[in-house]
Amino acid sequence: MIDRLATIGRGTFDILASLGRSSEFLVRSLIAVPRPATGLPLLVKQIYAVGVLSLAIIVVSGLFIGMVLGLQGYNILTDYGSEQAIGQMVALTLVRELGPVVTALLFAGRAGSALTAEIGLMKATEQLSSMEMMGVDPLRRVIAPRFWAGFITMPLLAMIFSVVGIWGGMLVGVDWLGVFEGSYWANMQSSVDFGEDVLNGVIKSIVFGFVCTWIAVYQGYDSVPTSEGISSATTKTVVYSSLAVLGLDFILTAVMFGDI
Amino acid sequence: MTSESTFIDIQNLVFLRGERRIFDGLSLQIPRGKVTAIMGPSGTGKTTLLKLIGGQLRPESGRITVDGICVHKLRRSALYDLRKRMGMLFQSGALFSDISTYENVAFPLRVHTKLPEDMIRDIVLMKLEAVGLRGARDLMPSELSGGMTRRVALARSIALDPELIMYDEPFTGQDPIAKGVLVEMISKLNRSMGLTSVLVSHDVPESLSICDYACIVSNGQVIGAGTPEELQDNPSERVQQFLQGKPDGPVPFHYPAEPIAEDLAGGAQR
Ligand SMILES: Nc1ncnc2c1ncn2[C@@H]1O[C@H](COP(=O)(O)OP(=O)(O)OP(=O)(O)O)[C@@H](O)[C@H]1O
Ligand SMILES: [Mg+2]
Repeated sequence: MIDRLATIGRGTFDILASLGRSSEFLVRSLIAVPRPATGLPLLVKQIYAVGVLSLAIIVVSGLFIGMVLGLQGYNILTDYGSEQAIGQMVALTLVRELGPVVTALLFAGRAGSALTAEIGLMKATEQLSSMEMMGVDPLRRVIAPRFWAGFITMPLLAMIFSVVGIWGGMLVGVDWLGVFEGSYWANMQSSVDFGEDVLNGVIKSIVFGFVCTWIAVYQGYDSVPTSEGISSATTKTVVYSSLAVLGLDFILTAVMFGDI
Repeated sequence: MTSESTFIDIQNLVFLRGERRIFDGLSLQIPRGKVTAIMGPSGTGKTTLLKLIGGQLRPESGRITVDGICVHKLRRSALYDLRKRMGMLFQSGALFSDISTYENVAFPLRVHTKLPEDMIRDIVLMKLEAVGLRGARDLMPSELSGGMTRRVALARSIALDPELIMYDEPFTGQDPIAKGVLVEMISKLNRSMGLTSVLVSHDVPESLSICDYACIVSNGQVIGAGTPEELQDNPSERVQQFLQGKPDGPVPFHYPAEPIAEDLAGGAQR
């Protein structure tokens, strides 16, 4: 009994300690913005690594999800004789929910895990230590650019995802199943509200971008510098990011669309 | 030794790794402008000592001052400023794996100076020439051998012409020729630029041939210190055992453990 209590206590303490460390880490890397002259090239390089290299998976997934939405939507909507509303359904689903959420999940798997592994390996091979010994703060030089790159690219990726998805929905709905193209777009235009839907979707993806990148860089920076340590940190990045994204999505949706 | 000529002063240093006391009241002075060798059995904490001097680890108690500045009391920015005056050659080299050899050596120059590109190029090529790797400048760190990695790392750590340079095992993995060149280079750097060098090494003959002072660390304390001649004449059994590399003697070859007979007898408990 006492043992179990002690285990719970230690577990709670560990969680609190790691939350504390990650918050301190977050604050320090947010204020550690490099000078523009050195920082900008670093940021561009990371935006390339984190964002541009994730484009393929985002575009392909967006296309398929849009096509599936088109198919399923058509099946359901024809029952009510309202298949013209398919454009509206595809767009709202993507912009409000699937765009930000699926992008964030893919991002955690593709870019987040890579960030963690890269930083963990830099730590294991003493590259971070040697940087410190040269009088260069790794938070400024290594972490901050990666953090901002993730933060900036996530909303862009989510928008691309939604756009491609809407196009995929049109491929299926209009070109294949024969819904009138004019009503696909017109219904979408009249029902998708910029402030209500698009902006809220963007806010979601900004929040997800922030959380996913924070988890990824922190797990890498805090990893045990061995092969097992890095592999477990990478797993943690994907698991924690996915859970955080899904949980936060519920909360954000409740606040944004739940009328509470 | 007067405090005037002491560059690094370590007093009563205590440092723990978990339960294990790595240093237990270690005191050591490293004179300015000289080569000081720190020797000791593997695993006594030589690398740890260098990290303590560089402020990457904090001592449990005791104090470490570098040029009169107490390292572990500094604020982060002041510590980073102090580190600009130090160079450290890591045991593993620790080159940045995403940039080329040339860029690795140029790195400290680019971050800490505003030198024009052609000047950086001259300096980088000179430093690489000194370690015999000018021709390898376009290789990526993954394409270098272990010994080459270490030499590039050495070139990088002297790029800014620091006042203090700490070499962690510079000779390991070097062929006899490279070893000779490195020995020559370390003493030349020291003489021509007047920097203070701390040399951590197992290679007793090489170290003693270039150092002005040497000390042997074992079991968390300094067991012998002085000029190479003084050390050779040191009557202590432990010092002599280490210098001559005898397996039997008071300096343990083994990591602390229970007697082997007991360990083998208790087989089932791992
Ligand atoms: N990160 C760490 N966590 C726990 N213990 C450590 C850690 N790093 C080193 N140690 C322990 O500290 C002791 C000293 O390590 P250190 O690397 O300083 O030895 P060393 O004298 O440099 O050895 P070598 O000559 O083999 O390089 C070792 O016994 C090691 O077990
Ligand atoms: Mg060592």
